[in-house]
Amino acid sequence: MDTRTAHALNRFGLGRRGIEPLPGDPVAWLAEQLDGQDPRIATAEPAAPSAFAAIAKEDAANRVPEGIRPDFIGTRYRADLAAAMAQTLSTDRPFRERLVRFWTNHFTVSARAGGRVLAILGAYVQEAIRPHVTGSFQDMLMAVMRHPGMLFYLENDGSIGPRSVVGLRDKKGLNENLARECLELHTLGVSAGYSQADVTSFARVLTGWGVDYSKSAFVFRPTWHEPGEKTVLGQSFPEGEAGGVAALKFLAGHPATLSHIATRLVTHFTSDTPNPRDVATIAGVLRDTHGDLRAASMAVTRLESAWQPMTKLRDPIDYAIAVFRALDITLADGGQVENLPGVLGEPFWNPPLPNGWGDSAPEWTGGEAMVRRADFAWQLAGRPAAPPAMVLAGRALGDLLSPRTRSQVTEASTPRDALALLLASPEFMRR
Amino acid sequence: MLLKRRSALLGLASAVTMGRASLALAAAATQQRFVVVMLRGALDGMAAVVPYGDANIRGLRGALVPPEPGEENGLLDLGGFHGMHPSLARVHAMYAAGDALAVQAVAGPYRSRSHFEAQDFMECGAGERMTSGWLNRVAGLLPAAERRALAIGAVPPLLLRGPVPVGTWAPPALPRPEADFYSRLMAMHADDAVTKPALEIGLSERGFSLQTLAPPQTGPAARGGLPALARAAGRLLAAPDGPRLAALETADGWDTHFAQAPRLTRALATLDEALGELKTGLAEAWSKTTILVMTEFGRTAAINGTGGTDHGTATVAFVLGGGVAGGKVRGIWPGLAEGQLFEKRDLQPTTDLRSLAKGLLAAQFGLDAAALEKVFPDSAGAEAMGGLRRA
Repeated sequence: MDTRTAHALNRFGLGRRGIEPLPGDPVAWLAEQLDGQDPRIATAEPAAPSAFAAIAKEDAANRVPEGIRPDFIGTRYRADLAAAMAQTLSTDRPFRERLVRFWTNHFTVSARAGGRVLAILGAYVQEAIRPHVTGSFQDMLMAVMRHPGMLFYLENDGSIGPRSVVGLRDKKGLNENLARECLELHTLGVSAGYSQADVTSFARVLTGWGVDYSKSAFVFRPTWHEPGEKTVLGQSFPEGEAGGVAALKFLAGHPATLSHIATRLVTHFTSDTPNPRDVATIAGVLRDTHGDLRAASMAVTRLESAWQPMTKLRDPIDYAIAVFRALDITLADGGQVENLPGVLGEPFWNPPLPNGWGDSAPEWTGGEAMVRRADFAWQLAGRPAAPPAMVLAGRALGDLLSPRTRSQVTEASTPRDALALLLASPEFMRR
Repeated sequence: MLLKRRSALLGLASAVTMGRASLALAAAATQQRFVVVMLRGALDGMAAVVPYGDANIRGLRGALVPPEPGEENGLLDLGGFHGMHPSLARVHAMYAAGDALAVQAVAGPYRSRSHFEAQDFMECGAGERMTSGWLNRVAGLLPAAERRALAIGAVPPLLLRGPVPVGTWAPPALPRPEADFYSRLMAMHADDAVTKPALEIGLSERGFSLQTLAPPQTGPAARGGLPALARAAGRLLAAPDGPRLAALETADGWDTHFAQAPRLTRALATLDEALGELKTGLAEAWSKTTILVMTEFGRTAAINGTGGTDHGTATVAFVLGGGVAGGKVRGIWPGLAEGQLFEKRDLQPTTDLRSLAKGLLAAQFGLDAAALEKVFPDSAGAEAMGGLRRA
């Protein structure tokens, strides 16, 4: 396998799975994966209603004072997590799956919040992220901000305008959480120069954006909404649901937003220290296409810097997935497939805070975390029917294999050590 | 023994403890230890140390204020004006013993209400992002023989990142191969500027932690989570040639935008247990250790619409340890009347977090003003606090 093909499989994909067929033209292969709608969308049932059913069942069970309480939410969450992991392990559209993971991290909703957030997480990724990774950024932002997953996680469903009908009656007020993180993390970025007044004002714009449990969906509650026009970054937005929609459209197209998301994309696909010219190129594509994420993703694949091998350290989830795929391991193989990324420092769907997981090597190069990669490789290399190390090297790394790694692997004292060394090599730890 | 063989194979022998023989020798050294506990997510300082004597507190946040001292589940009194949250019983006992103090109305040299930006600034010890954390810069100022810093967790926080190599320790999670495997692993990574230093640190720390933790645990089995990590951290720090600097962190339960009262009760109880375990693990070394508990900023003075509080400014910090001049609440109380609040919403800062940290480092390691200026650049305006350690 030539360097360019091997690099495309690792940098843009999730690592080659077993002996799956190799692409003829790597760039055409990447483009095909982004054509049309995601097959997972076409076949899937709406996920939110069954998540709300789990929440309702758990609430009902908790009202029974004694007896065994079935873990409806936990069961639901584990099933969603297993399905997501199975998808990343088996997919033949790994570039699309990488983008799903990238945007899920950009718009973090974390399992760490527990409870109803746990129940809705799978539905959130399926309904708010997945359909839009090749669509428009504005549509994704709108879907995220109206999805019960985000409204629960950043608590906007409890934010009440202090001068609204309910605010005056119950003496309730704002919760700024979603408004602040939307400006800081999802759109403009922290250095865009907005003020505390902008955050508070945007929180007022978003009052009344909540969740209707009976419909398992977004609802706008006029009696919770702060009356009057509001100003955010010098722009005025009307009272009502339309004000929030207009504010999000304004934010989605703001130059600071385009630059922020371009920086994140270029960092993910080229280097921990992205070249400002590359960022400007991608921001320009986003501007010219009105935020077309398919166009932006393909423009990233045309950056020269994106084809420089070995510049990105795999984060723990990427690393675990690449090892599983190389060994053709599936969930049916049992063990702790879903849990292993957590052992390496990055539990799936579970970042500590709303800014998600970091995307550069210093985030992941703690001594213990790195040595655990080697332990993890050694553990998996002990499985029965594991392939010989040099066979796997040819399949998964091709011409990326360095002479130094080859010599250590071939001189290792046991076949298991040889395979583990290959999986813990500098090349395999990168994408 | 296996461990020494492994260390020798890796060429790491000098970084690994030499066993119990070193006890008598090492006891002659300075032996001072400094631990930072970071609470990520912004602890509501006025809920941890409640100014129940301030006439405005109940008006601003009635439902969030526990009953007065002496009442059922009431505050733990700190001298007639402030009261500690009832979940902090162990910390209160340290306070009563003169081993703990609180500093009210503390804030770093920044006014960001972004968690992530403020945490970065807090860890850099500056009003801007830097490439190293202030505790790593402290490590650089220690004598070479004592320049050992440890992050509790798989990855060091920014606070400890920088030019001085830093160890990490986390409980074992996977079965481990033999030394020969690690030796080849290091040979394979020998030219890698990113992975090689990390693997070296990880392996040397494993040797180190295996040595220290090898004896079977006595007493009741430690529970999981932060308290267990804290006890292990204490035990590592207690070793005569153990780390001099350490960082421990938790991000669970501080960002209380809603239902603050029950959530903070749990989070503070876990913190209290962890600090108690840290003291237990330190054992004799408690008298040579100072612990700083800090968070990136405080929360709004008033309760919000969802029974919680939003991002604010000044908060509380705690200092614990056997040599601390404790039993006091330090810092000037700014008051809670509308005109006294910062931007009419937050507790007004009256103590710079750097002043507190500088005062502790000066007392603990004898760092002078010039050294402290290296740790906290452009901090001349934040004079080191005095009187933090018993004479």
